Amino acid sequence: MSALAPTIAAPDGATARTGGLARAHEWVVTVDHKRLGVMYVVAGLAFFLIAGLEAGVMRWQLAGAGNTVVSPQVFNRLFTVHGTTMVFLVGIPIVFGFANYLVPLMIGARDLAFPRLNAFGFWAFLFGGCLLYFSFLAGEGLYGAGSAPDVGWFAYAPLTGRAFSPGNSTDYWNLSILVMGFGTVATSINLITTTLTMRCRGMTLGRMPLYVWMMLVVAGMTVLALPPLSAAQIMLLLDRFLGAHFFDTPAGGSAVMWQHFFWFFGHPEVYILMVPGFAMVSEIIPVFSRKVIFGYPMIVAASLAIGFLAMTVWAHHMFAVGMGAPLNSAFAASTMLIAVPTGIKIFNWVATMYGGRIRLATPMLFACAFLLQFLCAGLTGIILSVVPFNWQLTDSYFVVAHFHFVLVGALIFTVFGAIYYWFPKATGRLLSERLGRWHFWLFAVGFNLTFLPMHWLGMLGMPRRIYTYPADRGWDLWNLVATLGVPLQAAAIVVFLVNVAIALRRGEPAGDDPWDAWTLEWATTSPPPPYNFATAPVVESRRPLWDLKHPDDPDGPHE
Amino acid sequence: MHPAQRLLTLAVVPTPSMFAPVSTPAFAIRELSILVFAIVVAIFVVVAALTVYAIVRYRRRPGDDGREPPQVYGSAQIELAWTVVPFLIVVVLFLTTARYIFAIEGRAPAPGALEVTIVGHQWWWEIRYPGLGIVTANELHVPVSDPARPTPTFLTLQSADVIHSFWIPQLAGKTDVIPGKTNRSWIDPRTPGVYVGQCAEFCGLQHAGMLLRAIVHPQEEFDRWVAAQRTVAADVAAAHAGRDVFISLACINCHAVRGTPANGVFGPDLTHLMSRGTLGAGVAPNSRENLRAWVRDPAALKPGALMPSMQLSGDQLDQLIGYLVTLR
Amino acid sequence: MVCLIAAEASLFAVFVVAYLYDIGKSLGGPSPGQVLDVPVLGTICLLSSSVTVALAVRALGRGAVGRAGAWLLATVLLGVVFLAGTAAEWSRLITRAGLTIGTNLFGTTFYALVGLHASHVIVGLIMLALLAVFAWSRALRPAHAERVELVSWYWHFVDAVWVVVLTVVYVIGR
Repeated sequence: MSALAPTIAAPDGATARTGGLARAHEWVVTVDHKRLGVMYVVAGLAFFLIAGLEAGVMRWQLAGAGNTVVSPQVFNRLFTVHGTTMVFLVGIPIVFGFANYLVPLMIGARDLAFPRLNAFGFWAFLFGGCLLYFSFLAGEGLYGAGSAPDVGWFAYAPLTGRAFSPGNSTDYWNLSILVMGFGTVATSINLITTTLTMRCRGMTLGRMPLYVWMMLVVAGMTVLALPPLSAAQIMLLLDRFLGAHFFDTPAGGSAVMWQHFFWFFGHPEVYILMVPGFAMVSEIIPVFSRKVIFGYPMIVAASLAIGFLAMTVWAHHMFAVGMGAPLNSAFAASTMLIAVPTGIKIFNWVATMYGGRIRLATPMLFACAFLLQFLCAGLTGIILSVVPFNWQLTDSYFVVAHFHFVLVGALIFTVFGAIYYWFPKATGRLLSERLGRWHFWLFAVGFNLTFLPMHWLGMLGMPRRIYTYPADRGWDLWNLVATLGVPLQAAAIVVFLVNVAIALRRGEPAGDDPWDAWTLEWATTSPPPPYNFATAPVVESRRPLWDLKHPDDPDGPHE
Repeated sequence: MHPAQRLLTLAVVPTPSMFAPVSTPAFAIRELSILVFAIVVAIFVVVAALTVYAIVRYRRRPGDDGREPPQVYGSAQIELAWTVVPFLIVVVLFLTTARYIFAIEGRAPAPGALEVTIVGHQWWWEIRYPGLGIVTANELHVPVSDPARPTPTFLTLQSADVIHSFWIPQLAGKTDVIPGKTNRSWIDPRTPGVYVGQCAEFCGLQHAGMLLRAIVHPQEEFDRWVAAQRTVAADVAAAHAGRDVFISLACINCHAVRGTPANGVFGPDLTHLMSRGTLGAGVAPNSRENLRAWVRDPAALKPGALMPSMQLSGDQLDQLIGYLVTLR
Repeated sequence: MVCLIAAEASLFAVFVVAYLYDIGKSLGGPSPGQVLDVPVLGTICLLSSSVTVALAVRALGRGAVGRAGAWLLATVLLGVVFLAGTAAEWSRLITRAGLTIGTNLFGTTFYALVGLHASHVIVGLIMLALLAVFAWSRALRPAHAERVELVSWYWHFVDAVWVVVLTVVYVIGR
């Protein structure tokens, strides 16, 4: 062997650790981006099940007027923790988990720039999640839902002040998210650094997969938008523990200021959750349509525009606060404007499918449902941006419908699609297509059955966050219909879990590139070795594997 | 029976749909919503149709030879078109929206217009008519407004504790009530009747139990209501024992009854309690039996209500109720 | 480091906005004009420490590890003087002016903003002190110059934030 080109020795079987405890230890101490990515996604899915159960109980309670399945106190805790869990313990870990796994592979790198910081980010998230759920065990005990937070996931002041929230339930909310926030910012710094400095040779920014571009935008938004939440939470801590008056209205503090700070974080946050979904389908749709993505530069530009504009629309959550006509108009304008780059993306995806040879495998089924459901979600967003209309619809079930269409109908559907797409890469085994179809159809029908009627309920005057409603409001029927979607969604998840379990044990071996795809992660084994690539890749276009498979017609000259 | 109460017991409460407006702001919003729906539905139909068409038309057929279809990388003209058209739609939508915002928010009260101050509490609504010297709770009584010569009611919205939101969909969009801030709104209902709403901003345990009723009266009926509300509490000799119970216990710390020493401000004004249709901000109809149950233990009807149970003996309770039902 | 600075800038911006918004809104208690004196000495020390840390980076780049260590030590000392000044100011405000974080809105926003900055100064001083120790023990080598420069960027950021805090609290606010 030449000293100039040492080979990497294959793992020595004699030193490979065996035994359950030893293997668990490996996972606990790992700094490998792939393992951390899997851990993030698995943890996120576990919290998804818990938050789903919380939702199920709420829908059971709301199925009829005057139900007493749970007490008002427990219901209020349920919707608070459901929202907090879904945003911070499901959405964030899953999207950053996927980024963790995929970004180094897609850019031909060996790992993220700061592997130990990466591990810190994961454990900060897990600790924060456990802290939040520990709150159920304190205070009144499990039956009374303990001391779990009950102020809503956006915790408006002054309801969160000492005067109106005695005890520690609000503190659990505050501290758990504060801790998780540090982890998320750390991971974002990691992603930005990796993307900007560790791309393989030949991969200019203009040749990065769209997934990597969009995760770069997401990380950028996180770095700027998460600290304001931390700042507001520190202020709340100071109010609650040191007698400060940031949000203490009798002392001149401002309740509206909390809202401004929270939503300055909160609105980019929902784009931080949604753009990764766009990123995933931007990889899935081309592969299953057998066509290059239509308008790559435009999609990049649109993503950057969304990242920037997302920081300018926050007060559209506050149209009923009384900010005055000029401010209301300004935020209506910026909110309507952001619809343009978002809509453009839908057109690009559909144009990609146009003229293709579409293969409706499970990942593509989820992507197609995403297109229709996200279209609906975006349009209800436009409806909500029309300020006077917003005065009727905000804080009603119309908004609940809108954001569930965004976060479930769009994001969760893309996440499932992404799981079916990349599970073979991570595990070396394919998930069952048959079970995948059952999963998809049960979930799609159940989801729409639950959330479509909520648009109508909002227009009939039903506000959010109520543990019950009077029988003479005319809301009973649609609430019942909405609840009927729950068992379908639950069944879908069960099918999914069974699919995963079976596939892990005896799924069909996937090989390196089961979907005949074009980005670098498919150029290595399934699962990839710890070092990802035996030799560092060199790329000459946006679709390096297309170039390999079609040496007579490479992408480069066309781009 | 008090005419307003008769109205309430007979009225079938309509579903508070934003598509059944009776007041100008709500009419304006419905009008705007039709335009918005037209645009949005059109976009949905067109884009969804194209999407479904693409999925169906370009599916891989059995017997497909596995060759890759022609790769199309983009098209500047198409992309320009589908950027410019949405942008123009946005411009139109924004200009329309701005016009409605300024029209609704810009309405200023004419001198002599009816002014009502509404203060949100956990978990009830205090309703004051500063110009008329009336204080009541949970029910907003207003005169009907003739579209030819409008007599709108202007609302000043405040909070005594946390953020709530005042929302009666058939009358107007919602406006938050925020401690430390004063918001303004207005309504001009054109049809007499009862319209319902409720608090629309999560405000704690009984957010769901903070219901609202607006009773719209023909002008003469409204004037009679005002006159009746302005009187001090009735003084019925047979109820003196109950009145003494009321005054000697801690009731007067929270409640006011004009014409007696009771002038507490933490709870609803009870001077004309029996003229109201519901108890506990809508959790139960106002009847002698329900009143007795409420006073005996408010938490039984409204878990978490801030009014404590006064632990009265049966006799004391009977006397007290005997007094309260005279407060018409 | 750039990303970290961006995140921290975002964090500080919110506290600055809160401070600016709450100017003049206190319902009672001491006001800035009554109790605040411009911390001239502390400011001079802190801003000079940016110069010394830059000199340390340059020295290390040239291979003069010992000199770099000396400049780092100077930076730390200047930073400590700044902190001592802040501590003295707070002591005076609390005991003699009766201004605590709970006194009024001014107290709340003042202690929060200045305290947030001070906590970042402390973290910076810990890092710089460690570097000074490493320089003295010769664990620090010229090859580390780039990493030390990144730490110096953090320190420059902390100084820049101080300029903003000075302007907002001691100039505009008074």
